[in-house]
Amino acid sequence: MTDQITGIKNREPNSMPNVRKVLLLGSGALKIGEAGEFDYSGSQALKALREEGAETILINPNIATVQTSEGVADKIYFLPVTPYFVEKVIARERPDGIMLAFGGQTALNCGVALYQSGVFEKYNLQVLGTPVQAIMDTEDRELFVKKLDQIDVKTIQSFAVSTLDDALQAAGRLGYPIIVRAAYALGGLGSGFCNDESELQTLAGKAFNYSDQLLIEKSLKGWKEIEYEVVRDRYDNCITVCNMENFDPLGIHTGESIVVAPSQTLTNSEYHKLRELAIQIVRHIGIVGECNVQYAFDPESEDYRVIEVNARLSRSSALASKATGYPLAFVAAKLGLGYGLFDLKNSVTKSTSAFFEPALDYIVVKIPRWDLGKFSGVSKEIGSSMKSVGEIMAIGRTFEEAIQKGLRMIGLGMHGFVENKELIIDDIDKALREPTDQRIFVISKAFRKGYTVDQIHELTKIDRWFLHKLYRIVLTAETLEGYTPSSLDFEKNGNSGFDEILKRAKQQGFSDFQIARALWKDQVDDAAPAIIRTYRKKRGIRPVVKQIDTLAAEYPAQTNYLYLTYNGSENDVQYLGDHRSVIVLGSGAYRIGSSVEFDWCSVNALNTVRKEGYRSVMINYNPETVSTDYDMCDRLYFDELTYERVMDIIELENPHGVIVSVGGQIPNNLAVRLDESGVNILGTSAKSIDNAEDRHKFSSMLDRLGIDQPRWRELTTLGEIHHFANEVGFPLLVRPSYVLSGAAMNVCSNNSELERFLTLATEVSSRYPVVVSEFIEESKEIEMDAVAQNGELVAYAISEHVEFAGVHSGDATILFPAQKIYVQTARRIKQITRQIAKALNITGPFNIQFLAKDNDIKVIECNLRASRSFPFVSKILKINFIELAAKVMLEVPVEKPEKSAFELDYVGIKASQFSFTRLQKADPVLGVDMASTGEVGAIGNHFDDALLTSMLAVGYRVPEKNIMISSGGTKSKVDLLDPCRLLQKNGYALYATGGTQKFLEENGVNSTFVAWPDDEHATLKVNDMIAERKFDLIINIPKNLTERELTNGYRIRRGAIDYNIPLITNARLASAFIKAFCRITRDDIEIKHWEEYN
Amino acid sequence: MHRYKPVRLILENGTVFHGQSFGAEKATSGEVVFSTAMVGYPESLTDPSYEGQILTLTYPIIGNYGVPAQSETDGISDFFESARIHAAGLIVQDYCDDYSHWNAQESLSDWLRQNGVPGISGIDTRQLTKVLREKGSMLGKIVFEEEDEIDFYDPESENLVARVSCKEPVEYGYGDKKVVLIDCGAKLNIVRELIKRNIHLVRVPWDYDFSGIDYDGLFISNGPGNPGYCEVTVEHIREAMQRNKPIFGICMGNQLLAKAAGANTYKLKYGHRSHNQPVRRVGGSSCFITSQNHGYAVDESLLGDEWEPWFINMNDGTNEGIRHKTKPFFSVQFHPEATGGPTDTRFFFDEFVKSVISNQS
Repeated sequence: MTDQITGIKNREPNSMPNVRKVLLLGSGALKIGEAGEFDYSGSQALKALREEGAETILINPNIATVQTSEGVADKIYFLPVTPYFVEKVIARERPDGIMLAFGGQTALNCGVALYQSGVFEKYNLQVLGTPVQAIMDTEDRELFVKKLDQIDVKTIQSFAVSTLDDALQAAGRLGYPIIVRAAYALGGLGSGFCNDESELQTLAGKAFNYSDQLLIEKSLKGWKEIEYEVVRDRYDNCITVCNMENFDPLGIHTGESIVVAPSQTLTNSEYHKLRELAIQIVRHIGIVGECNVQYAFDPESEDYRVIEVNARLSRSSALASKATGYPLAFVAAKLGLGYGLFDLKNSVTKSTSAFFEPALDYIVVKIPRWDLGKFSGVSKEIGSSMKSVGEIMAIGRTFEEAIQKGLRMIGLGMHGFVENKELIIDDIDKALREPTDQRIFVISKAFRKGYTVDQIHELTKIDRWFLHKLYRIVLTAETLEGYTPSSLDFEKNGNSGFDEILKRAKQQGFSDFQIARALWKDQVDDAAPAIIRTYRKKRGIRPVVKQIDTLAAEYPAQTNYLYLTYNGSENDVQYLGDHRSVIVLGSGAYRIGSSVEFDWCSVNALNTVRKEGYRSVMINYNPETVSTDYDMCDRLYFDELTYERVMDIIELENPHGVIVSVGGQIPNNLAVRLDESGVNILGTSAKSIDNAEDRHKFSSMLDRLGIDQPRWRELTTLGEIHHFANEVGFPLLVRPSYVLSGAAMNVCSNNSELERFLTLATEVSSRYPVVVSEFIEESKEIEMDAVAQNGELVAYAISEHVEFAGVHSGDATILFPAQKIYVQTARRIKQITRQIAKALNITGPFNIQFLAKDNDIKVIECNLRASRSFPFVSKILKINFIELAAKVMLEVPVEKPEKSAFELDYVGIKASQFSFTRLQKADPVLGVDMASTGEVGAIGNHFDDALLTSMLAVGYRVPEKNIMISSGGTKSKVDLLDPCRLLQKNGYALYATGGTQKFLEENGVNSTFVAWPDDEHATLKVNDMIAERKFDLIINIPKNLTERELTNGYRIRRGAIDYNIPLITNARLASAFIKAFCRITRDDIEIKHWEEYN
Repeated sequence: MHRYKPVRLILENGTVFHGQSFGAEKATSGEVVFSTAMVGYPESLTDPSYEGQILTLTYPIIGNYGVPAQSETDGISDFFESARIHAAGLIVQDYCDDYSHWNAQESLSDWLRQNGVPGISGIDTRQLTKVLREKGSMLGKIVFEEEDEIDFYDPESENLVARVSCKEPVEYGYGDKKVVLIDCGAKLNIVRELIKRNIHLVRVPWDYDFSGIDYDGLFISNGPGNPGYCEVTVEHIREAMQRNKPIFGICMGNQLLAKAAGANTYKLKYGHRSHNQPVRRVGGSSCFITSQNHGYAVDESLLGDEWEPWFINMNDGTNEGIRHKTKPFFSVQFHPEATGGPTDTRFFFDEFVKSVISNQS
């Protein structure tokens, strides 16, 4: 009886892997299902590697990320994360080790491909962390099921099929409803439910385009979905860092579901049963590092199924890191280098071990953020495939508090669960049964209509626990509504019980606005919330600050990771009140138009604040970011960016000042109110910000300065609009302030289009005015990113769009330094910029957008904050614009950089990443409203190689043979003629629709005629050929808005997306791309890292 | 929505916390301790080791899944760790009125009322925990009306083990191998784990002289309070060592075996009460997450030469287990039987039973 009792053989594996040079793969552009979380994991991993003295090499074309910044990795390659380019880098750099787990599915898939083709072996490259075989065991469903069968762990019964017939047969055996999943696909791409054979035929047909293998499974709709994050070291020590429970039952992708951590409805026995299984699975598979295990869990017994195991860092692991304070990616990287968990310290307490499981003394709620309103035609239903573009995490000490905070954080104009603008829903039963992005608010509405918890449970299958909690919020709202503003007169009413209900409301996460609306009802105005605020402060109802310390206060911790709650009576933090802190307001949830680039800006502002001797304080609530890593600042408030909460924090912090200009539009919008409350806004004054934001004020300033702008008018009747149209002519850009459906902005090229848009899609009234502006065709769009100090320009960068104006600047392909503008244009732009900087007395970052046609320059927009392109131009120019901006805002002397963009021997191209594949039915066409979810930046010696690299990095492929073209109107037909000639010369086979084919023929270019989708009698129909994947590239330029064009064009474009064929819808971009791949090949792209461009 | 009576928690240092009552409306007093476990309140409350203690839960939302049925199988409760609630009171931040679980029979509130145990919600449990962490566990009382409704009571002024131990020997299971379980306040899952492994179990009172029983192994259970009260048990263990039969102890069992091996025990400032305590095998790389609930620890410096420390706590370095260098005597400070908590170390039962079966002496 000595050693046998341990049952624990003392596992002493091989000696530590000796790695000096490590290659880490990033995840590329942000897309739906693969977003900012991988910037966070990659940055953490690189930090861990550098701490160990390893030389780090990063491949990631996502130039807006923190991980691709100076000092994070030793060498950064802005190249596509594809086997071709990664092998090239390996051959050049000869690293000893590679890490595949930190760049999402992109990095994992790339790693598996390289392993299978023998590249790792060829270069004697060691995979650090989880072995590739283990990755394949989790990725291939059949292998996965087999693997878990070996240890009697239940998986969802499923059949792997590779033909449609087999799929139908499998479904027949299982019985409908069934779920279809595509193997090796991101976030449920190509997956879905099928209730019958015909639905399966449609879905499977599409899904086979993403994956050669489909899984047909019995649907377990209505089961709970539970997740565990597990860490294992090579000594076989395991911990589960966090578990999470989905608010929405199985059937809704976990990326689409509200999620809570820790689980709320599991007993001890259930919690530990699933925990034990998770550890058993992870040991059996042989993970080294981090992974997650997802379960379906029967709500009526302890029966379970394992849904999947992700052998890498994931969105959930980023969430778990933020939810617990346990740095999963950092630890996983160290374990990959061979450490044991016992070697590492808990990075929060700094004294206890990293081998432990965090104990939470709060609840976190994650809520997805959708932007489905940005897309025309998209299905709003949520289900087994992911559509959300971002997420938020809310922390509270009651579920009610956390969820109401969260519903404000998602930034859709909601004030919480109740007291929102009335939602119009025709059929509540249906809306509950068939969830959309509005689901949570439908529940609120249903309660108000008298639905019971049981009724809603029957329709939604959401656990009654959550529904009871939500119902309590409704009850509190109803109680509050029984009071009136006169209840706030304490002197008169004394203790009427109002204070008690007010306190309860705050503990349930009600904002001052919600309370005001409950009291004032429809009469609520902007002043009302301030009255509530003053009253409750007088009555001592204030939030307290609590720390997230990983051990629920069991051990002392010097943690700076904080949140505010009304469920507590003591602050965890002592405030010095020395005015030596600077608060940086972050960017909130990622959404279309505001994403990782503002995280980069925030992080750089924090770094500068710290360097200049101030304590840096961050407020943000996006779990996918680096700025919410508590290592990045002296204090992190993981909390709301509402006026109310920001003021709560400012009152506690007493900062030197607040930076509102690096987090995008959310903080920018707070500037005026904060300023009115006496807060010191650093940099450009709130008044100037208002002068730039307010269309009328800005416009009259431009007039005063003699700066041209497109003519525009704010109009309130259809008559006025027609009158204006007659005056300036078509096309017109129309921006309604109230949108019923579809896009918020549109270009109308004639009266009937204008009529249709204004009557069908919007409301026009004095309450909802419409802004109509002149739209200048064939005009170049030019961006100025700059930093000024007291109105004097300190640094600037001029870049140009490849596309003509009309494509949103967030979707456009951007070239920096601008290459193809007149010197005179550049000079004029600089002059205007100086004038505006002076007039607004700008101190800090700003961005101006210009239209240039010939040498006619017009200003279209000006933002007195950092713009989306700041990281791009900073990294190309190698001048950190944010550092400069932060310095001037802190009134630290700066030197004007000497370098000028004109001296660069290389060019940078920023290309956009679209996620249309995920957005079923959405029309993948670009317009004045932004649709892209991410971007990349590539550097080249000239335009062609930079463009080609950037296009390859956002998923385009150089076509092999067949190219389909429908080239739209006359102008674009002409534009595309030369490129088509080039294609013909290079041996490509062209296919074209009627008009295009005729035009090409008339101009001596051969092409094969293909019929439009609605041409019943044709033999060669474009959509059939798309379905047969005959084309390697489709160019479809939308012509006009006639019904037939719209439907046919839509079917071609959608077909391209659904069958995963590269699609370009802009003639200028198509020309540039064609020229690039005809002039140079992929092999001509030089493999150079960032530093080598100088 | 119920309306709950206001109630106060008063600590011996004079700190007062105001909350609402959701349990029995009856004043109580005891030693205030905290646990950071996030699940398992039915298990914790019925754990005899909490006898005399007012339990603070740091996880803020409690009562979510109600309380399971009082059902039994072969005289052993299916879901609880003993026949009644042992904690003197329960303190939480947010009591959950509306539970939701298929296995729930009643609400936590109703169950506390039936057992005459008070519960308070609306307390800043993080603040309270920090007080206990900084000043150490202290006495406290829960009062409804007057401050002097009840006096402070120090549960350690009496022998709690004697209070919670069984009064007569009880037998369970029908296996060939017989194990004596010294019941210092045994959690029922120790019984379940042993009889599941075909052990014929004789559960005896803490001070019972079991020398007359012809057993194959000895098991010393967990239990509440100060091990100093159990000198009789230590004496019995010392005698049992002469028989060279396997001995395994858990928690209090670790402390008593250590005392029998010459070591001493001391009171920790605020104890270990959680489901996430990391322990590491001395001299090895194997680590385990364990469930713990103890206020006293073993001072291993006085262990006899034939003994060695076996596990240590990775957070504060305290002793987590000892073993004899040559004989099958060993014990752990943590809870391999779990309930509540992680099941990582349940294999100790397998190993103990294996050694009982293979032991020849």
